[in-house]
Amino acid sequence: MADSPDGARQSGDNEKAVERHDGPAPSPGVSVARVDRLPNPGFPPERLRVTDTDPAKEKQAERTVSGLFLLSVVGSVFAVVAYIAFPIDATDPSTIRLNNLFLGLGITLGLLGIGIGAVHWSKALMHGHEQVEQRHPTRGSDETRAKALEVFSESNKESGFTRRKLVRNTLVGALVATPIPAVVLFRDLAPAEDPIALLRHTMWEAGTRLARDPSGTPILASEVTIGSVFHVIPDGLAQLEYHRLEEKAKAAVLLMRLPLERLNEAENRRDWSYDGIVAYSKICTHVGWPVALYEQQTHHLLCPCHQSSFDVANHAEVIFGPAARPLPQLPISVDDEGYLIATSDFNEPVGPSFWEREL
Amino acid sequence: MSTITEPSVSTAPAPSRGMRFTGWAANYIDERTSASTAVKTLGRKIFPDHWSFMLGEVALYSFVVILLSGTFLTFFFDPSMTEVEYEGSYLPLNGIPMSVAYHSSLDISFEIRGGLLMRQVHHWAALLFVAAIGLHMLRVFFTGAFRKPRELNWIIGFLLFVLAMALGFTGYSLPDDLLSGNGLRIIDGMIKAIPLAGGWISYLLFGDEFPGLDIIPRLYVLHILFLPAILVALIGAHMVLLIVNKHTQFAAPGRTNDNVVGAPIMPAFAAKAGGFFFLVFGVIVLIASLFTINPIWNYGPYDPSPVSAGTQPDWYIGFADGALRLIPPHLESVIFGYTWSWNILIPLVGLLVFLAVVAAYPFLEAWVTGDRREHHIAERPRNAPTRTAIGAAGVTFYAALWAAASSDLIATHFRLTIEGVILSLQLITVVGPFIAYFVTKRVCLALMRKDREIALHGFESGRIVRLPGGEYIEVHEQLDDYERWKLVSFEEYQPLLIRPDANGRITARQRVRAGLSRWFFEDRIAPVTQNEIESQKH
Repeated sequence: MADSPDGARQSGDNEKAVERHDGPAPSPGVSVARVDRLPNPGFPPERLRVTDTDPAKEKQAERTVSGLFLLSVVGSVFAVVAYIAFPIDATDPSTIRLNNLFLGLGITLGLLGIGIGAVHWSKALMHGHEQVEQRHPTRGSDETRAKALEVFSESNKESGFTRRKLVRNTLVGALVATPIPAVVLFRDLAPAEDPIALLRHTMWEAGTRLARDPSGTPILASEVTIGSVFHVIPDGLAQLEYHRLEEKAKAAVLLMRLPLERLNEAENRRDWSYDGIVAYSKICTHVGWPVALYEQQTHHLLCPCHQSSFDVANHAEVIFGPAARPLPQLPISVDDEGYLIATSDFNEPVGPSFWEREL
Repeated sequence: MSTITEPSVSTAPAPSRGMRFTGWAANYIDERTSASTAVKTLGRKIFPDHWSFMLGEVALYSFVVILLSGTFLTFFFDPSMTEVEYEGSYLPLNGIPMSVAYHSSLDISFEIRGGLLMRQVHHWAALLFVAAIGLHMLRVFFTGAFRKPRELNWIIGFLLFVLAMALGFTGYSLPDDLLSGNGLRIIDGMIKAIPLAGGWISYLLFGDEFPGLDIIPRLYVLHILFLPAILVALIGAHMVLLIVNKHTQFAAPGRTNDNVVGAPIMPAFAAKAGGFFFLVFGVIVLIASLFTINPIWNYGPYDPSPVSAGTQPDWYIGFADGALRLIPPHLESVIFGYTWSWNILIPLVGLLVFLAVVAAYPFLEAWVTGDRREHHIAERPRNAPTRTAIGAAGVTFYAALWAAASSDLIATHFRLTIEGVILSLQLITVVGPFIAYFVTKRVCLALMRKDREIALHGFESGRIVRLPGGEYIEVHEQLDDYERWKLVSFEEYQPLLIRPDANGRITARQRVRAGLSRWFFEDRIAPVTQNEIESQKH
C-alpha cells in the first residue's frame, strides 16, 4: 500500500496509456479559449489526520467504532424487548404510543449505531488519501465503433433488413398492430352503460323527502330556522344497499333558510324555494368537493378544497375562487305533513364540469 | 488467486481458517460467475466527495426504506372496498360502516405491534424520498451536472421524480380515509374536465361512477407492482450511467476535466455510503417513532359529503393543488355545446409545460452554447449566472404554487383575508419569477466580480500597518495558487456571432439561437488570466 500522498495519487497513471482522443475533437461551441489561462497548480500537500500520526488516537477511534457497533446490538435487542414489554392493550390507547415509541427508538439505535460507526471507521481509520482515476471519452474508440458498425452491416447483409423492404415493413406493421388488442382489453374496466347519462341524473325526484345526513330522518320545514344549515340526503339513500356512496356523491344537498328580504330570486325560480328555505347542491362545481362551510351572516358557502365561494342569497353564484358555475339549485316544497320534499331532480348536472355537460 | 490445496512454501504465515474459507468461497463464486472481473473494474472506482453529492444517496436509501416498510405493510393491508362495520380498539369509530381497506389500515395502526411504526416509517420515508429527489435535481441543475454526457441521465432522473410523485399519490389514496378519498375526488374532477373523453376516462378509471368499488384495488396494483417495477428499472439505468459517466467533481487544485479524485469504492466509499444508508434509515425510524404522520383515524372513512377545513395534500402534490387554487373565477366556456373547463385545463397544461421545460433544459442549453465537449467539472452556480437565474425563477414559480396549496392556512394563521392571500400569490406566481431572475443574475455577477477581485488583489488581512509618513493601510494578502484556482477555473462563453451560411443567408433558426445565446452570455465576467496576475505583481 502506498502511504505517501504522491504514491496514492499515481495509482491511476498506468491508465494514461489508453488512447484518449478519437475522431475529430468535439466542438467547443461559443466557449472562449484563452491561451493565458492560469495553470492548474496540481494537488496541494496532503493534510494528515490525527489517527494517521498518533497511534493512541488510532486506538481510540478503533474503540469508538466497535463501541458504536456494540451499541447497535444493544438497540436491536432493546427493540425486541420493547416489542414484548410494551404490548398493545385494546382498552388503553396510550399503549400504542408506548409500543410505537420504544420499538422505534430501539430500531433507531440499532441502525444509527451501525451508520455512525461505519462512517467513522471510513473517515478516521481507512486509508484516507484521495486517489485519482483518469476519465476516458464516453464514446467508444474508433476501432470499437468500426467493429460495431461492422456487426450492424453484417447482420443487415445476412438478414436483408434494408434490402427486403416488404418483409421489414410488414413486420413493423404487425408490431404496431399487436398491442391494439391489449388496449381494447381494458374496455371492461367499467360497465357498458354510458357514463354521461348517469352524470345527468341524481336520486332526487318529485316528492322525495329531504332527510338528514347521515341519519336519514326527514326534515320538517318548521325545523329550519334562520341561520341554520342542514346537510341533506334524499330520503331512502341511507338504506341503499348498492351505490350508496355513488348516489350520495351526486345527491348531497345543503339546506338553509334566509330572511325573505335577503333572498334574491329569479322569476323562473320563484317556486323552487319555500318560505325562504333554499336547497343547493353540496358538490362543488369546480372539482367536486363538498362545499361544507356556511357563513351564517353573509350567507356565503365556502369550499374548503380550493376556496371557491358561493353567494346563497344570489342563486349561489361564484363570488370568489376557481369555480366557474353556480351551485345547482334543488327545487323544493312541503308535503301534507309539513316535511320538505323535492319537486323534481336538479335541472342541470351537479358537480364538476364535463365535455358533454351542456349538450 | 492461490488455492487452498497449494502447500504454503513461502515465508508468509499460513492463512487463518477464516481467510482460507473466504478464499475458497471467492474461488467457488468466480469460477461460476467471473465475479473477479466485476471486482477488478468496479472495486477501486473513484467517487469524489462533496456534501451535495449525498442528496441522491438520500433518495436512493429512502427508497430502500420504502421498499422494506412497504413489504411489511402489504402483509397486513387489504385493498378491498367492500363495506364492513368497524370493530376494533379505536372506540370512536365503532359500528361505523367503512371499506375493508380503511379497516385494515386502522388495524395496522391499532392492533399490530409495530404496525403504526411501519406505517409512519413508510410515509415519512416517502416524503423524504420525493424531497431528496427534488433537492438532488436542484443540485444537478445549479452545478450544470446535466451537461454532456449526462443529458440522458437527467431525463431518467426526471422520470424518477415524476414516478415518485405518482407512487406517493397512489399510496396516499390507499387507506381510503376521508382525506385520501377527497384527494381522489379532485382527480375525478380534473379528469372529467379533459376535452372529448373526460367523462369516459373517469368512468373507466373508477370502474363506475365516482367513487365506485374498484379504485383502491386498482391503485394498489399500480402502487405495489407496476410503478415500483418501472422505478426500480430506471434506478438501475440511472446507476449504470452514473458508473459509465463517472461522477462529476467540483473544481479544485489537481482536479481536471480528465480525472476524478476521491475515495475508491472499496473500502472507503462503500463504508461511508453503506454507513450513510443506516444513518438515513435510522433518522427516518427516529422521526417515525416520535412524530405522527397522517393520523387516518382522525379523518374517518371516505364519504362524499362531510369534510373538514384546513386540509393539506402531501407536500409534493402541493404545487399542483396550488395551481388549481390560483385560477380566477368563471373561467369556463361552452363552444358549440361542448364545455371547456379552463379553470382546470389551464393549470393542468401549465404544469405539464413547466415539467416539460425542466426535462428539456439540458438540450436547450446545449443548443445555445453549441458546446459538444464532455463536462465533468461541477460548476459553481455563480459562474453560470443566466442558468442560475433561470433556476431561481423556476424555484420561485414552484414555491408560489406550493404556498398556494396552503392559502387557507396562511389566511387563518396570519389573520389575513383569503382573497388577499390568493391575490398576492397570483401576483407572485406571475411576477415573482422575473424578480427572482434579475436579482439572482445580479447577485451571481456581483459574486463573480468579487471572486475576480480577490483572485487578483488578494484579501483584506485585517492587519493595519502605519507607514513612516503616518498613513495607515490595511495589508492585502495574496491567495496561494491552490485557493486562487477555485476562483479562476471556470468555463467562459460569449454570445454567438451570426454569420451567413453557404448560400449567404441567415436562417431564422440561427437568429433564434443567436438571440438566446445573447440572453445567456451578454453579461459575463472573464476569469482572471495569467497576464493579469503577472501585471498585478509589478
